[in-house]
Amino acid sequence: MKKVVVIGNGMVGYKFCEKFVASEKFNEYKFTVFGEEPRRAYDRVHLSEFYAGKTAEDLSMSSATWYEENNIDLHTSEMITEIDREEKTVANHRGTKYSYDYLILATGSSAFVPPIPGVEKEGVFVYRTIEDLEAIETYAKKLKSEGKTQAAVLGGGLLGLEAANAVKELGLDAHVVEFAPRLMPRQLDQGGSDMLQAKIESLGLKVHVSKQTDFIQGNGAIEGLQYVDGTELKVDMLVISAGIRPRDEVAKECGLEAGLRGGIVVDNRMKTSDDSIYAIGEVALYNNMIYGLVAPGYDMASVAVSQITGEIDNLMIDHIDMSTQLKLIGTEVASFGDALCDSDDVDAIVYENKRSGIYKRINISKDGTKLLGGILVGDSSDYNALFQIYDTAMKLPENPEDLILGNRSGDGGSLLGDVMDLPDDAQICSCESVSKGAICGAIENGSCDTLGDVISCTKAGTGCGGCKPMVKDLVDATLKSLGKEVKDTICEHFEYNRQELYDIVKLKGYRKYNEVLDTHGKGDGCEVCKPLVASIMASIYADTANEEVSIQDSNDRFLANIQRNGTYSVVPRIPGGEITPEKLIVLGEVGKKYDLYTKITGGQRVDFFGARLDQLPKIWKDLIDHGFESGHAYGKSLRTVKSCVGSTWCRYGMDESVSFAIALEERYKGLRSPHKIKGGVSGCIRECAEARCKDFGVIAVEGGWNLYVCGNGGANPKHAELLAEQIDNETVIKYLDRFLMFYIRTAAPLQRTAKWLDKLDGGIEYLKEVVIQDTLGLVDDLEVEMSKLVDNFQCEWTQAIENEEIMKRFNHFVNSEEPDDNLVFVPLRDQKMPEHWK
Amino acid sequence: MEEILEIYKTITAEDVKIWFKAAKVSDFPKSGGACVKYKEKQIAVFNFERKNTWYACQNVCPHKMEMVLSRGMTGDQNGIPKVACPMHKKTFSLENGKNLNGDLAPIATYPVKIEDDIVYVGFSE
Repeated sequence: MKKVVVIGNGMVGYKFCEKFVASEKFNEYKFTVFGEEPRRAYDRVHLSEFYAGKTAEDLSMSSATWYEENNIDLHTSEMITEIDREEKTVANHRGTKYSYDYLILATGSSAFVPPIPGVEKEGVFVYRTIEDLEAIETYAKKLKSEGKTQAAVLGGGLLGLEAANAVKELGLDAHVVEFAPRLMPRQLDQGGSDMLQAKIESLGLKVHVSKQTDFIQGNGAIEGLQYVDGTELKVDMLVISAGIRPRDEVAKECGLEAGLRGGIVVDNRMKTSDDSIYAIGEVALYNNMIYGLVAPGYDMASVAVSQITGEIDNLMIDHIDMSTQLKLIGTEVASFGDALCDSDDVDAIVYENKRSGIYKRINISKDGTKLLGGILVGDSSDYNALFQIYDTAMKLPENPEDLILGNRSGDGGSLLGDVMDLPDDAQICSCESVSKGAICGAIENGSCDTLGDVISCTKAGTGCGGCKPMVKDLVDATLKSLGKEVKDTICEHFEYNRQELYDIVKLKGYRKYNEVLDTHGKGDGCEVCKPLVASIMASIYADTANEEVSIQDSNDRFLANIQRNGTYSVVPRIPGGEITPEKLIVLGEVGKKYDLYTKITGGQRVDFFGARLDQLPKIWKDLIDHGFESGHAYGKSLRTVKSCVGSTWCRYGMDESVSFAIALEERYKGLRSPHKIKGGVSGCIRECAEARCKDFGVIAVEGGWNLYVCGNGGANPKHAELLAEQIDNETVIKYLDRFLMFYIRTAAPLQRTAKWLDKLDGGIEYLKEVVIQDTLGLVDDLEVEMSKLVDNFQCEWTQAIENEEIMKRFNHFVNSEEPDDNLVFVPLRDQKMPEHWK
Repeated sequence: MEEILEIYKTITAEDVKIWFKAAKVSDFPKSGGACVKYKEKQIAVFNFERKNTWYACQNVCPHKMEMVLSRGMTGDQNGIPKVACPMHKKTFSLENGKNLNGDLAPIATYPVKIEDDIVYVGFSE
């Protein structure tokens, strides 16, 4: 067996092992990997998510047992200090030697610390490893306890902005200090940088460009930055993120050829000046360049693997693409090809919209035939398409500005036309180098027939994820071209979609999940189809979630929302957000009695957090005794109908929005549906209830109410669309009954109304035909079904506390009365919160 | 936090030295799970009624280290009995503990036997 030694266990070092393991020849090699950090390789690209609650384990590239399972000897916290090329051995810091046949240098880089006087002061950090982040976090806590909050990040590049975001996440005031006159100077032009700066400043960060730091002020600990221009910035902490330096010390010492400014020279086979030694990632100097992006690093890993195994003669391409697409501090930024080119052979087309914070630039060859590069800030949704056009040198449309302004002729064609028109070698996933041919081929050769299969088999979309929409389009189009039906079946247990199953259950009158599974499904069911059948039966028979408890989604089983540490939240219904002072005092007393974290929700009610499973029934008993009932905040059902104060008090109000909101909430409370439903009622067009962001929204106008449907907030906000104008209360209820029931009958699982309308052939006009003109002859049925549900409403928490059998569910242990002893709470602004995920 | 995982190691029927008497069969939900306390351990025990089989595993989900798997929903993936964590729907084989929809570390599983309507869980110590 040949011995492979890998020095470095970062993203690229890991990728090398992963690609090698996938090779058929892997079992002919014995692998030893050395990492200087105490943990397994982790995703450094998403390091700032560490402060947003991700754990080191979440960021890890592999499972804890992956190395062992693949027989790879992983040495963490072990530094290789010597390479003996004659003997072909490496030695660690303790002098232990290991021999190799092939040596892979994947030592990566370290943070570049510019030679500014004072960088050794306390409170100055670099931003590179999880340990750095932990040290920054500890120091930030100390500062905050002393009432200090000012922190600067030196470097306004990609990494610097990431670091600034991390500092902000820690609750400090972040200042970005950049030497160049603009942010991300390698990727953005001045216009793009200005837009990015405006966006991130609106989020509370401060940007200082064209600032050269002379020295760091402070006696022992940092107190500020003194700039060369005589001005200064008073800060209590500094995070340096001003670039990288290859970790080439050990390689240089053994005499491998290195570049003048660092990095180990490699050829296009990733070989160094020694035939048995390869260098990959940020330590490798290729074409006299260090590539600080993960995608080229992965390509290098792949080349090195194929060179060693000799399976295919894969060479590193000459021109490495440095295109990037990412989200920085909530702002989409992308840059591709020659983004900054300013030569005379190029026409730049720029679109700038300061109102919506969007900047787009494309560089077109003078003859108008080629896209050479571009910049997108604020909206990078066109990145995939533009990148493909650039990368495959596709012919441009007659008016190249359509590429960033959109096709304005109204025929709705996409930028790219049909994804299937791309050439087979078009690279779709640049993180994992997956071509269109590989994606379509995986389906055509029969090895995959779903999106999930294709992703796990080709790894497309597993890096930054930006290409996923395009991968999905390709998969769907390929399946279609092969005559395979792209069927939206529920899961492996049912070959039906939700609407078909709804009809089956209703027609056959099934009352038990097993009946449905035995007659129309296969296997033993799962977490997708069980709650789905429960929801269908609830919609047909007005069941509460206490019916057939084993098929209820976990939250429905315990009639509460599970929260981060496995405790629950409690939300009593407060219809329309109207509450008497007496009842508000009751809520306060209950929160105090059980020591619950208490917060007002977006739906105008009160949410209690941190209730243990065993406390839920006691809390609810207290609430119900005082006239409250379940708020169904845990269910896929009606949540709230939010209201503004309306004409009862408001001097602008056109109608009684609170009264109507209460009536609607009382009518539809407990209604089980494919997804949650929210409503809103506003007393005038000022729309203080934000009713148009809801699944149904009612707004008072001259002569009645306007009824809007199918809006939502969330990740893809959408305004509700107008269903009917100037109608009275009874008509609103009539149309709402029909609309909601039609949605419940026909939507896909977990499909909100907006998405449902989006997929409904004919859209809002068709919905009007069904609900108002009754073209399907359905409305009588829909109204009868809804009235049955309304008449049979029961509060499931009242049901629960009156039933001993149900109460048994709420013990943490089946064999002990003790509560879970694993819970740890920490203080937060006079209340409590769960301990952070480690 | 990872040290929580240290105390959970898969026990096969051959490893069993102690059959811990957990509770009556009727104390467990049908087609669902409940949590058994054994010394400092929390064990999720499932009555998989459709297969007429009982399974047991650690209660802690290795994803976020919360004691919640007993509150998860059971089912199967291509015939493999599984439990889905209620927090983020990570699924694990109840036969060998493998993470079926990701590459989390496998969970520890424990043997279960039923005698005279009493549920016993097997431990080595």
